[in-house]
Amino acid sequence: MGGSLNVNHLAFLANGALWTIGLSLIALVGGGLAGFVVALARISPLRAVRILAAGYVQLIQGTPLLVIMFLTYFGLPPLGITVSPLTAASVSLTVYVGAYLGEIWRGCIESVPKQQWEAAEGLALSRTQRMMRVILPQAVRIATPPTVGFMVQIIKNTSLASVVGFVELARAGQIINNALFEPFLIYLIIAVVYFALCYPVSRLSRRLEASQGRPRLSVETA
Amino acid sequence: MSDIANVATGATVVALTNVHKSFGPLKVLDGVTFDVARGDVLCIIGRSGSGKSTALRCIDRFETIDSGEIVVCGRKVHDPALDLRALRQDVGIVFQSYNLFPHLTIEENITLAPTCVKGTSKAEAREQARAALAQVGLSDKIQHYPEQLSGGQQQRAAIARSLAMRPKVMLFDEVTSALDPELTGEVLKVIEGLAADGMTMVMVTHEMGFARSIADRVVFMHRGKVHEHGTAAVLTTPTTPELAQFLGTGL
Repeated sequence: MGGSLNVNHLAFLANGALWTIGLSLIALVGGGLAGFVVALARISPLRAVRILAAGYVQLIQGTPLLVIMFLTYFGLPPLGITVSPLTAASVSLTVYVGAYLGEIWRGCIESVPKQQWEAAEGLALSRTQRMMRVILPQAVRIATPPTVGFMVQIIKNTSLASVVGFVELARAGQIINNALFEPFLIYLIIAVVYFALCYPVSRLSRRLEASQGRPRLSVETA
Repeated sequence: MSDIANVATGATVVALTNVHKSFGPLKVLDGVTFDVARGDVLCIIGRSGSGKSTALRCIDRFETIDSGEIVVCGRKVHDPALDLRALRQDVGIVFQSYNLFPHLTIEENITLAPTCVKGTSKAEAREQARAALAQVGLSDKIQHYPEQLSGGQQQRAAIARSLAMRPKVMLFDEVTSALDPELTGEVLKVIEGLAADGMTMVMVTHEMGFARSIADRVVFMHRGKVHEHGTAAVLTTPTTPELAQFLGTGL
């Protein structure tokens, strides 16, 4: 069986790593948009909307991402919808990440004190204005550290896209290993690359968390 | 004086008539009736749990009532079809915990509602903010964030925020309860200024000395009812033993 690890293999891995980053960004943007809708739906004044959103979250959180990947990739073609591996991976991650981010963000929105709603209401702001101008800006601050932290999960979870044949970092490693059969070396490289991608993000998350408790300026209290 | 003026103009700004309200099995308001004439200051006093804050919050429809009638600036507050945002443009409310928006500067806190709700231009809203802050003595804090201010300053900023909406009546819900005596003094001075300018106000307060000096009318609430109702004189010469006991004068 064929040769040893060379520059071409490394280039192939690098290309896979780029797709891992790309897929992570797609998942963050797609899942972020879906999550935003889910978060708002979860606290909607309409009961039916709340129930629907809660059902979605429960369903997705109770299903492995791997299965969601299979369902989109193999389940949609019989319905007449053909999907490429990239589409399947993007859709699955969006659906999956949307449920989790929606739940994280709902918590952040609800952690803005109730009195802030009341103060805004007392000033005659509409519900949308209260949400957009008063509550969400505060919720975003609260949400940033956990969202960045969740990004680490997203990066690692993109490896599951390999099951539908999408060539990201993990799949690239598999393919090279099939040729070289050097599993320890190759998966070690893969692990190091994943770590290199995730570690800065998780550091950033911790930094944000630490800086959040710090007030802008000391308060001149009584 | 004010009584004569009211009779002449017939201007009742806030009127509660036989208002009932329960939280579950707990009767909080048990047939509350009182009204406030234009330009008057009404102080609601009473023990914790006597229903005074609830009565105040009902005026701005932060609580819905079970029965009775509330009319504020000619609007039927008890009517389910009430235009809430219109009501809240007429009514300003200030809370015990200030509730300034922490992500906005003091100026932005004040200009937010006029620009969003009334469509006031940014420049004009800024001008109003400056005027409102001058009124509460905080002109130098306009670009500060709430957390950079003391409690008393935050509360004055919250008052300015309400004033910028040019309300017809102001509600104060124990606005000095979280402040020490010195800071309480600076907030009360602002409220005194408003009273002198003729602002109609309803305030729930524990500051008896202040109520005595500023109130045109006093409502003493006891077990969800208006137990005693009169001019500020009732605070000096209470007619019921409950109010006397509450005031600590004994009988």
